Amino acid sequence: MGSRFWRVIIPLGVAMAIAVFSLTALPLAGQQARPARDASVFPAYKAPRLADGHPDLNGMWQAFVTANIDLEDHEAQSGPYPELLGAYTGWPAGQSIVEGGTIPYKPEALAKRKQNVANRMKADVSNDKNWHALGDPEMKCYMPGIPRATYMPYPFQIVQGTSPYILMAYEFATATRTIRMDWKGEAPTDTWMGWSRGRWEGDTLVVDVTGQREETWFDRAGNYHSDMLHVVERFTPLSPYHMMYEATIEDPNVFTRPWKISFPLYRRTEKNVQLLEYKCVPWTEELLYGKFKKGTK
Amino acid sequence: MKRQFLSSVLLAAFAAAVIPSAFVLAQTGTPAASKPSPAASKPATGASKPAPAAKTAKPWTGAKTPWGDPDLQGVWNDATSTPMQRPAGKGEAVLNEEQADQFAEQLANDLTRDRRDGGNEVDVNRAYNEHWMDARRLKITNDRRTSLIVDPPDGRMPPAVPISPERQKIRAERAAAAARFNAGMPNVATELSLPIRCIIRTDSPPYLPTIYNNDFQIFQSPGYVVIAPEMIHSARIIPLDNRPHLGPNLKQWLGDTRGHFEGNTLVIETTNFRTDDGTVYQGANPETYKITERFTRVADDTINYEFTIDDPKTWTKPWTAVIPWNKIDPKEQMYEYMCHEDNFDIVHLLTGARAREKNPALNLQPTKR
Repeated sequence: MGSRFWRVIIPLGVAMAIAVFSLTALPLAGQQARPARDASVFPAYKAPRLADGHPDLNGMWQAFVTANIDLEDHEAQSGPYPELLGAYTGWPAGQSIVEGGTIPYKPEALAKRKQNVANRMKADVSNDKNWHALGDPEMKCYMPGIPRATYMPYPFQIVQGTSPYILMAYEFATATRTIRMDWKGEAPTDTWMGWSRGRWEGDTLVVDVTGQREETWFDRAGNYHSDMLHVVERFTPLSPYHMMYEATIEDPNVFTRPWKISFPLYRRTEKNVQLLEYKCVPWTEELLYGKFKKGTK
Repeated sequence: MKRQFLSSVLLAAFAAAVIPSAFVLAQTGTPAASKPSPAASKPATGASKPAPAAKTAKPWTGAKTPWGDPDLQGVWNDATSTPMQRPAGKGEAVLNEEQADQFAEQLANDLTRDRRDGGNEVDVNRAYNEHWMDARRLKITNDRRTSLIVDPPDGRMPPAVPISPERQKIRAERAAAAARFNAGMPNVATELSLPIRCIIRTDSPPYLPTIYNNDFQIFQSPGYVVIAPEMIHSARIIPLDNRPHLGPNLKQWLGDTRGHFEGNTLVIETTNFRTDDGTVYQGANPETYKITERFTRVADDTINYEFTIDDPKTWTKPWTAVIPWNKIDPKEQMYEYMCHEDNFDIVHLLTGARAREKNPALNLQPTKR
């Protein structure tokens, strides 16, 4: 009887103590949670310089957000074929990285997002003209475009010397893009990774990206754009191990106004860590081409 | 409209462009025979001697990066018509100017340009060729060599060693798949070559000239050299900090590369190649295959690219080739090369094969190139 009393009372006391502690600790915890979204709480930081005086952004970087699943708030959900794969393909919940929470679609543009979600795990390449009509390009191992390449769950490497070219090499699909510093002129053609023109604003690398193919998506949730997509990215060093990434996204065909995403990038610091090769094409061949093989109708 | 046009020409271009070894085999042009000009510079002579061209030209003492490495940055083009192996029966390693002109003409002719001797169908194929062909691909090397191979001195690959029955079987399967491809009858996407599947192309070492997209952009940062080939869009990130190679159980299609500078020369070694068929050069054995590449800037606008391939399970001894890389006009840019994203050809090839199974009248007739 007595032991039962203590079995109730002790946890109750512990719970109360935690509650009191939590109440006092909460504002502090709230502040500590904010740095991920707010560069201003980092102490002022001046990045190391290269010989040309510009901040040195070299290294391997990676985002730790779930925006590749959905840029906006998303609940945990089962992935494809849970009856076969269980939790292996489950997708975790995540908070929106969009300023204000939601993407300002034009009302008439929302239908296509809905359609994209319905068709995201389908592919049909039997007709050249409709080659890209169905399916998330990530599922088909197509180059992800900008900004998606930055928040896919894979690292990328910045190679910055003192030439007018900065390379960003992404692990996914071994995609790359060259950032042309102070380049004058328009994108000469549309490409999957777009045409990136860079400039420095203080410690921030600002990259203006145009000329992106309209077929890339922003995420698995079918968020999309047209060939009028214009992205302005800002890479700002926050510490030796963090860099703030911001992107302003504009597309008058699809959105009512420009909108912004932001999240920190983290430096990969494991000993001898290197960017590995993720050539995912072979994992797509049965999906894309299986129905044309010998023995099929 | 543009895409349809592209897809229809891609088949011809793929067949010609993405299989450098096939091109090498086809390049049996016959140079005019006569003695090499005494003025002609001697070719490079072997893997053990870095910076071969530096022996003949004045050593280049040009730019260094601010952190002290030789500066290799820029967009470079490795196109040349000089064949990998010296055409059989020709003794000259280096030609005089007149011979070189004839040799270049012969090679260009063999690359099927400007010929009108094959009938309409062949003529149309050559028009595609004309459309795709990088004009730089039709010039022999400036040093007028008859082969890219400089060692062995006869300009030919060393004799092959007998290969295991297991590898013979793989090669026979590959040959059968290639025969089906050439007959327009592939069974399945995975039996097509890695280049046609857009998995690796000339982004895989050794870097060899092909019909188009012979550009390579070199980036440098403190501690790294990065080579970004135009073909596919991979970046070969080469650490210079003497770190160990990846562990033996982590292999990649492009292998794992480590580099260092020896004087003016970037020396890189690559191991850890995947064992997928076709990953390493000419069906060598990925387990024993080793490639060492040397990049030496010999002039403001030229890098000498030298590679040595050593695979005792495939060739009786190592062999070495030298290919000049010429800087392209800095105003020119290297553009993204998408491959898999619009790889219409795979579907066309497979649906064509299925149609032929139903209707043998559609079978390809052998045509003269």
